[in-house]
Amino acid sequence: MTPKKQEKQTDKPVVVRIVSTAQEMYTTIHQQKQPQLKIPLRALSNVEYNETDGFFKLLPGVKLRTLTASTIRTFAQTLRMMGLSKQLVETEDIATKREAYYVSKNWGDARFLEQPESDTVMDDLEAMMGVNREQIGFIPEEKGGDVAGELVVIDVDTETNKELEIDCTKFGSGAYSVPSSCEHLRFKTKAKFILAIETSGMFERLNKHKYWKTANCILVSMGGVPTRACRRFIRMLADSQKIPVYVFTDGDPYGFGNIYRTLKVGSGNAAHINEFFCVPQARFLGVTPQDIVDYKLPTHPLKEIDVKKIKDMIKNDPFIIHYKSWQKALEQMTKMKVRAEQQALAKWGLNYVIDTYLPEKIANPKTWLP
Amino acid sequence: MTQQKTAEELAKKQREISIAEFFEKNRHLLGFDNPRKALLTAVKEGVDNALDACEEARILPEVNVEMIQLAENRFRVVMEDNGPGIIPKQVPKIFAKLLYGSKFHKLAQSRGQQGIGISAAVPASITSKTGPDKKAYHCKLKINTQTNNPDILEEKETDWEGKNHGTRIEIDMEGTYIKGRQSVDEYLKETAIVNPHVTIIYTTPEAQQIIFPRVTETLPTEAKEIQPHPYGVELGRLMKMLETTETKTLQQFLTTEFCRVGASAAKEICENASLLPTAKPHNITRDMTEQLMNGIQKTKIMAPPTDCISPITAELLERGLRKEINAEFYCSASRPPAVYRGNPFIIEVALAYGGEQEADSAVRIMRFANRVPLLYQQGACAITSAIQNTAWRSYGLNQSAGSLPVGPCTIVVHMSSVWVPFTSESKEALAHYPEITKEIKLALQDAGRKLASFISKKRRIGDEAKKRSYIEKYIPHVAEAITEIASLTVQQKQEMEQNLRTILEKTRGELEDISIDNPDYDPELAKIGQEEETEEEIPPEEETKTRRKAKEEKKTAGGDDDDDDKDDDHDEEEHDGQTRLM
Repeated sequence: MTPKKQEKQTDKPVVVRIVSTAQEMYTTIHQQKQPQLKIPLRALSNVEYNETDGFFKLLPGVKLRTLTASTIRTFAQTLRMMGLSKQLVETEDIATKREAYYVSKNWGDARFLEQPESDTVMDDLEAMMGVNREQIGFIPEEKGGDVAGELVVIDVDTETNKELEIDCTKFGSGAYSVPSSCEHLRFKTKAKFILAIETSGMFERLNKHKYWKTANCILVSMGGVPTRACRRFIRMLADSQKIPVYVFTDGDPYGFGNIYRTLKVGSGNAAHINEFFCVPQARFLGVTPQDIVDYKLPTHPLKEIDVKKIKDMIKNDPFIIHYKSWQKALEQMTKMKVRAEQQALAKWGLNYVIDTYLPEKIANPKTWLP
Repeated sequence: MTQQKTAEELAKKQREISIAEFFEKNRHLLGFDNPRKALLTAVKEGVDNALDACEEARILPEVNVEMIQLAENRFRVVMEDNGPGIIPKQVPKIFAKLLYGSKFHKLAQSRGQQGIGISAAVPASITSKTGPDKKAYHCKLKINTQTNNPDILEEKETDWEGKNHGTRIEIDMEGTYIKGRQSVDEYLKETAIVNPHVTIIYTTPEAQQIIFPRVTETLPTEAKEIQPHPYGVELGRLMKMLETTETKTLQQFLTTEFCRVGASAAKEICENASLLPTAKPHNITRDMTEQLMNGIQKTKIMAPPTDCISPITAELLERGLRKEINAEFYCSASRPPAVYRGNPFIIEVALAYGGEQEADSAVRIMRFANRVPLLYQQGACAITSAIQNTAWRSYGLNQSAGSLPVGPCTIVVHMSSVWVPFTSESKEALAHYPEITKEIKLALQDAGRKLASFISKKRRIGDEAKKRSYIEKYIPHVAEAITEIASLTVQQKQEMEQNLRTILEKTRGELEDISIDNPDYDPELAKIGQEEETEEEIPPEEETKTRRKAKEEKKTAGGDDDDDDKDDDHDEEEHDGQTRLM
């Protein structure tokens, strides 16, 4: 099930599953019974976490979509989407999420009115088939993230089919951009670690001052919650080169719970593919609640919504529930009632982050969070 | 320098004002204030009298109304009934003396009350016949406004061929004939709706004859006269009663002149008033009368009898509404008798909802008092404010606080009473007695609850129908997709669609139909009194005036400098044009 290029022939099982689902449905209807679609429940409540596996694993919970008056529209749309997927896989073609949305405009009353509708149906189908969306013929449009540093990415020239070596030290003030699908990439590097950064602003600063050279590392800008491609890229890179991954985000619940947690163990929404789109070896470098104290960072007060989010994480997020140290850190933040941004380090000088903060943090694993 | 005047000089100008003179000057009080209303008021007073007379004599009424246009703004109104007729001696007084009649002094449910009505429309020519073997009496009358006495201009005995008994009035008067909700047409139609025992034959100024035939041969139960209830009597009235009574003692006076006062109640009143039960009524002074009034208020007296009221009955009210409005739902409610100021009254309400009625405007209100339609002064009427102060939102109509509800609905409210309290002599709006408003609201709430259950049922059925069409819409897509994926045959696809229909049918409830099902609806009747588009157009000579007025309104409302400038320019242009013409 590992999504690799050479397994294209084995894409056929998806077609087989789609066809057999439709045939089963035909039989059920023939017996004048209400047909049902079984879709794995895609939510935090339906995942579990253990350290050995290192990612959010899907539990057997399913949502049953029975054909009734109120579900018939989504039902028709899901079936239509299955038909499109089958066609795409058979012809070895692909469609972006947006394109799939436009294809639906041919479906008369069953067409999607907004793209989020079609995205949800697509995610349902993906989970039903237990594969990632590339395997059912759909690709995301999202950008993977920016990379700079001591890394050579080996790609293939689409015209000549020849290997192409991309040196990530040679983008100057720019950066290498992670493609939406990166299964075919290979890497050469001597870097000691990967630093995944939340904001592109911080990435630019580190890139401009060639922090990757000083620290001998690879910088990846995630730009918020990392995309699947970004997660997959970091995972493949870290696995193949056996180097650690450090994560550097804002010191707020969103940085901890959405960005770091998703990078490390995946999401509840796409739990069926977390196995491949997670980076279990990632460690949280900062900004931790304790950093706010230790570095006397300027802060913003926690909003009501932040406090709520923290409470919810402690109560419901299987990842946070697993780690006492995270719970403590979050409780500490609740008590402090403040949050701090990455850029807050600039209080001590623009390059304080390069000269002091990062070296100190990297040197002292005790200040990290799991 | 102005010369000072002596009291003697001033006294020369001081004299009694005749009631007729007063109303001559204040014709608006009687509903003759504008030419559009004048015709309606004359017809209304005439028809009210005719119906009262017929019902009092227990004759099934048949009323003939004809309007003939004599000049642009002059009409002859002819009204003829099959009533008992009037004896010659009384004719002049009844028709040409204000405040003369039989209805003011008695407490019994009737249309007319004060004895003002028709007299305000004279000069008139009257013919009346009281029996098949008798000659008819004919006269021409006008009021002597100085003395409030009739002047007989002409009188004679005639034969009235083919008529057993009845009265015919011809009035020539100024007026404007209009259509619409405040027209003679509408008035007669609504009268027919709430008086199902009446036949009305109406000839419009356009020489079109409309017949409203009676739908029941049963006269309403005879309105019984009751004695006044002590709670409803005013000081002046009480003094007058004490003066004219034939009784010998106060206790006797109280027990015989009033209803619901027995010996013990009379004694209690006297005690509370600190008066002797044996006091002679003629000797009671003004101060003592006031004491008596207070005594009455302090004493608990049983409510007046209520069998003196003859309501339309909710059933007949609803049936009338069915004729007029083609709706999806009708309901009615009537309240048990209640009392205001010692006067018993009954409120009845009917509703028509949905169907061909307009959904985006305020509800239509039809107001009636003692079977008489009230067409003017809706805003001043207690019925209107009761409707406004009822919470219609919970019954499924839209309503912003304190205003009329909005929705495809007509609300009929009827008040019957031995004495209907109008806000003015023109009898167009009910006065706001809290007891009356409360009863109207209770009746409206009762009908409202029935309406609410219908509206929610309609909504449910609407949802159901929507779901059904929804299913129909998507079945082909489900079948199509499965066929495509599983490579099925056309036959299999059709069979699948059929099966899907069966499956989904099973999960749905039975679908009940809501539609207009109203065999009583009379579209011809409903058309009467409706505005005709063309008549609504503003005549050219009035147009400029209206435009100017609109402009002025805009000015005060807008206050935008640019706009003002433009308007000013325009006015100057017009002015220039006029100057040039001169």
